[in-house]
Amino acid sequence: MEFFIQQVVAGLTSGAIYACVALGLVMIFVSTDHINFAQGEMAMFATYIAWALIDAGVPYWIAFGSTILIAFVGGLLIQRFILKPLENAPVLALVVCFIALLSIFNAMAGMIWSYTIKPFPSPFPALDLTGHGLVNVRQLGVVGVTLIMLGILTVFFRYTTLGLAMRAAAQNASSARLMGVRVSWMLALGWGLAAAIGATAGMLVAPLVFLDPNMMTGILVYGFAAALVGGIANPAGAVLGGFIVGVLENLVGSYVIGNELKLTFALAMVVGVLLFKPAGLFGRVIVKRV
Amino acid sequence: MAADATSWATKSGFGKMAILFWAILAALPLIGYVRDDPSFDYYMFMGQSMLIYGTAVLGLNLLIGFNGQISLGHSAFFAVGAYTTAILMNFAGMPYWATIPIAAVVCFGAGFLFGLPALKLEGHYLALATFTLAIAVPQLLKYKAIAGWTGGVGGLLLEKPDPPFNLPLSPDQYLYYLCLFVSMLMFWFVYNLLRGRSGRAMMAIRDHPMAAGTMGIDTALYKTVTFGISAAITGVAGALSAITIAYVAPDSFTLQLAVSFLVGLVVGGIASLPGCILGGVFIVLVQNSAQSISDWMKVSFSLRYDVPAWAIYGVLLLLLMYFLPSGLMGGLIALKERLFGAKGPDSTDDPAPQASRND
Repeated sequence: MEFFIQQVVAGLTSGAIYACVALGLVMIFVSTDHINFAQGEMAMFATYIAWALIDAGVPYWIAFGSTILIAFVGGLLIQRFILKPLENAPVLALVVCFIALLSIFNAMAGMIWSYTIKPFPSPFPALDLTGHGLVNVRQLGVVGVTLIMLGILTVFFRYTTLGLAMRAAAQNASSARLMGVRVSWMLALGWGLAAAIGATAGMLVAPLVFLDPNMMTGILVYGFAAALVGGIANPAGAVLGGFIVGVLENLVGSYVIGNELKLTFALAMVVGVLLFKPAGLFGRVIVKRV
Repeated sequence: MAADATSWATKSGFGKMAILFWAILAALPLIGYVRDDPSFDYYMFMGQSMLIYGTAVLGLNLLIGFNGQISLGHSAFFAVGAYTTAILMNFAGMPYWATIPIAAVVCFGAGFLFGLPALKLEGHYLALATFTLAIAVPQLLKYKAIAGWTGGVGGLLLEKPDPPFNLPLSPDQYLYYLCLFVSMLMFWFVYNLLRGRSGRAMMAIRDHPMAAGTMGIDTALYKTVTFGISAAITGVAGALSAITIAYVAPDSFTLQLAVSFLVGLVVGGIASLPGCILGGVFIVLVQNSAQSISDWMKVSFSLRYDVPAWAIYGVLLLLLMYFLPSGLMGGLIALKERLFGAKGPDSTDDPAPQASRND
């Protein structure tokens, strides 16, 4: 039983990270209707920036904040300069473009910071809370940061004018434009937010898995699974999906298939959700008008 | 929209130009008899790789370019082909040539099965599912329960075949001809497929699935079968690569391989058959010269860092999407038309197909 609870708690911790990645994906999907394959590599690159700042002697939380800011501006610039010319391009062109970004970020991180793995500090001590090694502060911290982020995003989208404008731009671009919303900038803002969320996810992951240019590849797949389970257009659903995927992954990993097939499990989940419940658990079914 | 793609396939498939092109490819190994170059066998090996990648890109192109289904996971079918050959040679003692058709059948099955769920997925979602497949494959190949067959992390070592009938060829020259023969067979097959009724149906599904369905095309069947054939062709390429490299290992079938197929496709030209070979040539050239390109860039732009092949792929993909979305073949044809004037009314159309629409 204790082992079971331990696995569930560990699952919740990794679930929080998947939730972060999924939130970034949802953000871009909600604001632009695209699935960003470069989300993981963008997060990884931002984490390297944080590492470089910390390595240069910047205190952790200042590095944390400035990395999020840098990532936000970076995401904005990517949308403005790289994706804007392709706004009306067919899906294939966009997928190719995302794959290109993925390759470039991966290569740049390897080029600048080399492929050797690096330890990344965690702001939360690995302090045991229950005395049985069940729950520690670090795990609570990761879950807490995710929930805080979800809270901020919910408030932003529900109660601010800018959030409303972003939702309007995504749902009906031409009407929003007629109401005076600068639609193209809203897309850019969506990218900025997604990059900032991704950066947070990256900084939460890095202490657990060590920093290296390929650290996000597997996690991105789980992020996809989480976003799909929760409904790819629903932020709260994505967070819940992240926790579900994290716990399931850990339980299935330790009781059924072992750790070596975890990615295959993610694949099965992605394909399974897309097949049997494409709208996810909490998403709305979108009816296509012909 | 459909007319130009058909004309593209037929015009640049197996006309006089194509026969000349394949004849030149077939004559290349003969240079080895004239010039005494110690690294000639290595050039032959590069030629094999180019043909293999070209064939793999052909499979991908059939799916993406002519049927509008996006796959980022064709490295998986390449792997299935390679492992089928390796396992059959190693454990069943089959001769290498007999494993190629079996690899094709196995990959057709795998592709058909993956094509079934793919039916429900379009555009981004299909890309997502296949992307996941590409990432999961190396881990699956390393799985302990099947390590007895796949060799686990270490992979399987094969025997490099010798030329049969005491032909006066070096092993690498012979393997080049083997690759040339098989890839020519694949191109011929795809060319005929596209020229006929099934090809038109595939392209109709790409251009307007609903209209195609209304015209009586069984879109579900065509899409799954196209997925299967595409996987089979890429799988044959995988089988050839196992034979020529004489080694298979899980870590050669990563997402990077799938991305390099995509690069080959985009560079050569979407929905262009000759473009596939150009793409294959390009992939091998970049892989082989990544180091020298990196050195050159370091010197000429006074960079402090090495430039890996991934970066070159990425930048190139972006540039092509902006400036030459129809790839090298599209560029060449546009150039020819500018120099010599357009030939017919349909040759001025944009050859790049719309993979799917955003409505």
